[in-house]
Amino acid sequence: MTRLIPSSAITPESLYTRRGFLGIAGALSAATLLAACGRRATEPTLSGEQPASEPRDELDDPLNSFEQITNYNNYYEFTTDKQEVARLATSFRSSPWELEVGGLVARPRIFALEDLLAFPQEERIYRLRCVEGWSMVIPWQGFPLHQLLRMVEPLPTARYVRFETIFRPEEMPGQRDRYYPWPYIEGLRLDEAMHDLTLMATGLYGRTLPPQNGAPVRLVVPWKYGFKSIKAVVRIELTEQIPTSLWMAMAPHEYGFYANVNPEVAHPRWSQASERRIGELGRRPTLPFNGYADEVAMLYSGMDLRRNF
Amino acid sequence: MSSPSTHLRQASVGIHLGALFPLLLLLIDSLLGRLSVNPIQDLTLRTGQVALILLLLSLSCTPLGRLTGWTWMVALRKPLGLYSFLYVSLHLLVFVGLDYGLDGLLISQAIAEKRYVLAGLVSFLLLLPLAATSTRAAQRRLGRWWRRLHWLVYPAAIAALLHYLWLSKVARVPILAAALLLALLLLRIPLLRQRLRRR
Repeated sequence: MTRLIPSSAITPESLYTRRGFLGIAGALSAATLLAACGRRATEPTLSGEQPASEPRDELDDPLNSFEQITNYNNYYEFTTDKQEVARLATSFRSSPWELEVGGLVARPRIFALEDLLAFPQEERIYRLRCVEGWSMVIPWQGFPLHQLLRMVEPLPTARYVRFETIFRPEEMPGQRDRYYPWPYIEGLRLDEAMHDLTLMATGLYGRTLPPQNGAPVRLVVPWKYGFKSIKAVVRIELTEQIPTSLWMAMAPHEYGFYANVNPEVAHPRWSQASERRIGELGRRPTLPFNGYADEVAMLYSGMDLRRNF
Repeated sequence: MSSPSTHLRQASVGIHLGALFPLLLLLIDSLLGRLSVNPIQDLTLRTGQVALILLLLSLSCTPLGRLTGWTWMVALRKPLGLYSFLYVSLHLLVFVGLDYGLDGLLISQAIAEKRYVLAGLVSFLLLLPLAATSTRAAQRRLGRWWRRLHWLVYPAAIAALLHYLWLSKVARVPILAAALLLALLLLRIPLLRQRLRRR
């Protein structure tokens, strides 16, 4: 396994654990209930005695802890209960693994897990913004998707990329629930997929990707809502037609193809103007494209983002 | 053989214990820091779920009592309803105080932009006068207006279910809950008719 990040670069988990818990326990004791609530949205949760060496994202926000990232997961293939995914996913077999890449490409091929890990792995600290209104900062390892796509040589007719999660109901209890049209499908426009920010993640915090976070390989598209970042990918297909994601199939008026983080465009039923960073008490304003506007806004120039939500 | 009043006493004890247990669990989990890594969302969801369940249970008492012949069940409506209101109030306090930090601007924006927030608020405002007039004294003072006032529990329940439906990513459970409420409402129709006839 490639591990490019020296362990010294990774924040000791103890620095992050239970900060939010302490805050909430204090806030709940009846006498301080309201006093604790006047806090401004952007103020740090506890007094800011953070060591200077603590790794941060480029907006100077600290990382979420390994414990937070691996115990609060939206992964409906296991369960809709975010806190239960980690427990249910322990017996998921993420090795051996095959990722089939095909469709409108000159050189379709099957990548074994070892082939994926043979791409130069790099660390990317990304914000993840869930459509439910919470966010985390996560240190991923992985490789840009464009490296893989270049190897299979997309044909000129290819315009979209369709991703598919493994269907293995015997190991994924949520997939036995036929209410959802499994397997999970997501899609990107080819230029989005080729963007350097678009990552195929194989690990986090210097460790192999845990099953609850989408092991062994998942997509991470940091400027889109979290559900676009499909987990446990087994198939990538380049297409001419726009793919229909699972959420688009289930609720077309609520989940568009693009799903770019956008505080100006409310979800049909709830506003996306603010979010809570996991570990903090207050709310912070949501940034256009989740703070990556400088890198990606030009992908959508001339497009009406209210229509293309 | 136990009498209906024994049944009622036993059921009442069960309701007090059952309704306070989730609150106890919430307090313990809060103090021990076991509220998930998103504690405010956890508090919001748990108080909301209990409030809704207790409200639907409260509305089930009369029809179930009629169906089973256990007329003493009707007396359980009030404690269940009041406990539901307790959790609704906690739910609102968490939303306004903890989640939105008493920020009037953010809260009014949320009411304007999220229809589930509006529906929840409507439900609370409809339940508020019912909780305030739940005492026997208030019942006596209001006379026949009391019954008319307390009919508001039905629109309040409908608003609460819309709140639940509109905030859910997946509609299945809210739809099941709505079907239950609809069944309860339909069961009321013959009862209402009887009552009207008697007048």
